[in-house]
Amino acid sequence: MLATILAIATLAIIFGLILGFAAIRFKVEGDPIVDKIDAVLPQTQCGQCTYPGCRPYAEAIANGEAQINQCPPGGEAVIHELADLLGVDPLPLNEEHGEHTEKTVVYIDEQICIGCTLCIQACPVDAIAGAAKLMHTVIEDECTGCDLCIPVCPVDCIYVKPVTETINTWKWPLPEVNQPTLKDLLDLKHIKQEQQS
Amino acid sequence: MTMRLWKIFGGLKLAGHKTMSMEDATEATPLPKILTLPLKQHIGHAAEAIVNVGDKVLKGQMIAAAKDYVSTPIHASSSGTVIAIEERPVPHPSGKTTDCIVIETDGEDKWIERVENANYRQLDASALRNIIRDSGIVGLGGAGFPSFIKLNPGPGNMVDTLILNGAECEPYITCDAMLMQEHGRKIIDGLNIMRHALQVERCIIAVEDNKRAAHTMLVNALQEHEAEYIDVVQIPTLYPAGGEKQLIKTLTGKEVPSNGLPINIGIVCHNVATAAAVADAVLEGKPLISRYVTVTGEGIEHPRNLDVLIGTPLNEIIELCGKRSEANQYIIGGPMMGFEIADTNIPVIKTCNCILIQNKKTEAEFVMPCIRCGQCAAVCPAQLLPQQLYWYARAKNFDKTQDYNLFDCIECGCCTYVCPSHIPLVQYYRFAKTEIWAQEQEKKSSDIARQRHEFRQFRMERKKAENEERKRQKKELLKKVSGKKDSADDAKKAAIKEAMERVKAKREAQSAIAKNTDNLTEKQKKEIAEIEARRKKAKEEN
Repeated sequence: MLATILAIATLAIIFGLILGFAAIRFKVEGDPIVDKIDAVLPQTQCGQCTYPGCRPYAEAIANGEAQINQCPPGGEAVIHELADLLGVDPLPLNEEHGEHTEKTVVYIDEQICIGCTLCIQACPVDAIAGAAKLMHTVIEDECTGCDLCIPVCPVDCIYVKPVTETINTWKWPLPEVNQPTLKDLLDLKHIKQEQQS
Repeated sequence: MTMRLWKIFGGLKLAGHKTMSMEDATEATPLPKILTLPLKQHIGHAAEAIVNVGDKVLKGQMIAAAKDYVSTPIHASSSGTVIAIEERPVPHPSGKTTDCIVIETDGEDKWIERVENANYRQLDASALRNIIRDSGIVGLGGAGFPSFIKLNPGPGNMVDTLILNGAECEPYITCDAMLMQEHGRKIIDGLNIMRHALQVERCIIAVEDNKRAAHTMLVNALQEHEAEYIDVVQIPTLYPAGGEKQLIKTLTGKEVPSNGLPINIGIVCHNVATAAAVADAVLEGKPLISRYVTVTGEGIEHPRNLDVLIGTPLNEIIELCGKRSEANQYIIGGPMMGFEIADTNIPVIKTCNCILIQNKKTEAEFVMPCIRCGQCAAVCPAQLLPQQLYWYARAKNFDKTQDYNLFDCIECGCCTYVCPSHIPLVQYYRFAKTEIWAQEQEKKSSDIARQRHEFRQFRMERKKAENEERKRQKKELLKKVSGKKDSADDAKKAAIKEAMERVKAKREAQSAIAKNTDNLTEKQKKEIAEIEARRKKAKEEN
């Protein structure tokens, strides 16, 4: 009896030590789920989700404070990826936060720009180049289409334009197939029977 | 000499339709009035225009330079004037436009000064590669990969076999067959140059056994010493035996690994037309400005091969061969791997090997559900599972398509051809491939956006911290300065106080000793005493 208790106790101590050691040795810094969620989000940094950027939204999702359907730029695709990642059911996009549109960029009408730098300060990804009292311009390749610069412009010289498809970004479309209706199939059967007879 | 050949998996025996375009010898097309030269006619980065509108150019002059490693220059196909550098429609399945240099020819067809290197054996591999790159040579089999890169095995890669691909397995296309028949010697010269650049011993020229004339021509063109290291091999006619990986398997029994290149197994493979272009470039100093193009199909009255200047309008060469009025389907490339174009107002580019003109069926065939018959898997030369790829591509489950090795698909079209339900399988794979590439691109740009956003936040934090620090420092400085001021004030105050006290003491002393006290009357003395007493009293009261 005593031997059994001793043996079990010894084993418990050994395993306890191993677990304790592993907890220290393999300690995970930070929250990896936040990184994973952040990697799925489109990084538009538009704040339409009501959080100040994609990472804060990722943190909110990880903490269970936000739903996975608050990202209009990501749309259905991001919702499905998040649902897969987090093992929850996908939800339809919450229209309160906006509608999913094709990717756009902005451009500045340089004739009107007064060089106030307000848009430069608003841009979350430093995609606007310019200086005080000098004309500004958008670096289109870096623009995420968050539209945060539009409301701050005092002279309304910033416009949205869709990203145009070039020969290099063109994609093969999903094939359009001519699927037969039930009537078509019956006709086909009829023709075959006629041919046989 | 007979060589052992291996069998490839799958494939199809297709009707060749080749004789119709091989009856006449190849003819050079008349010089067109306008040449349209797209800046991107190859895989990789577009070239950059180095001429301006209004410039006079000579035949063979470089008009656009390679911008990157994976890029090649573009040359003027004839002499004339640059009249525009603008977006024009080009041969592409999208029908979209891209930057082109447009030349109005002057009819003189005057060559630029050329450098001939008959003694190419004295040049080293790097010099040869530079000539080949500067001549704008790309793979002429259809893909258009810059050829000089394939002649640079890179460190750690040993090349033991150089293969020239003259299989031309796709129906209707005969431009390589005609080139082999008419310019066999040039192809062997090109092969020798490539062999010298790669420093390989063994060379193989592979020709499908339905091209007897081409084979005979090449064998006859071989010089005696060349026959020792060059094998001209007939391979069985089977589609797609001319695919690079399939040809390597047929000739050597080796398989190119998934995601790998032939160079990884010590093999380099070039098209026969590319070899001829290399010979022209090195021996005669002629850049790639023309190519053989097959104009064929049921919609053409006089199918044949033409030697076409790059940039010639497609309309003109179709007219030259006579288009039947009912023909309404234009395909660039062959019937299996080519793509349909809607508008023929486009130029011939380096990768256009064939223009196929047919009568399209007016009614599209019904697409029935997949019945899992497995015929597609039996013919797939890449040994993939086309049905699985189809399901996942249709469901846009792109991760799964990659698990089933979508990118090993060579888009040969065998699966589509045999499918009893008429499912356009290859279209689904093309769709999935471009979607995956677009997603990767999106991922890259979102990573960049994340980095930029994080850096901006870091910068703002840093700015804030710097401001705080500056404020703190200023406050401290202010404190120090004001501390000094206090002590100075004290000293001043003390000095003032001292001075005032001094004055006071003096005054008191003075008031003690009254002046004009001599010769006073008794009455005056008494008054003074009274006043003094009062003053004293008042002082005491104070």
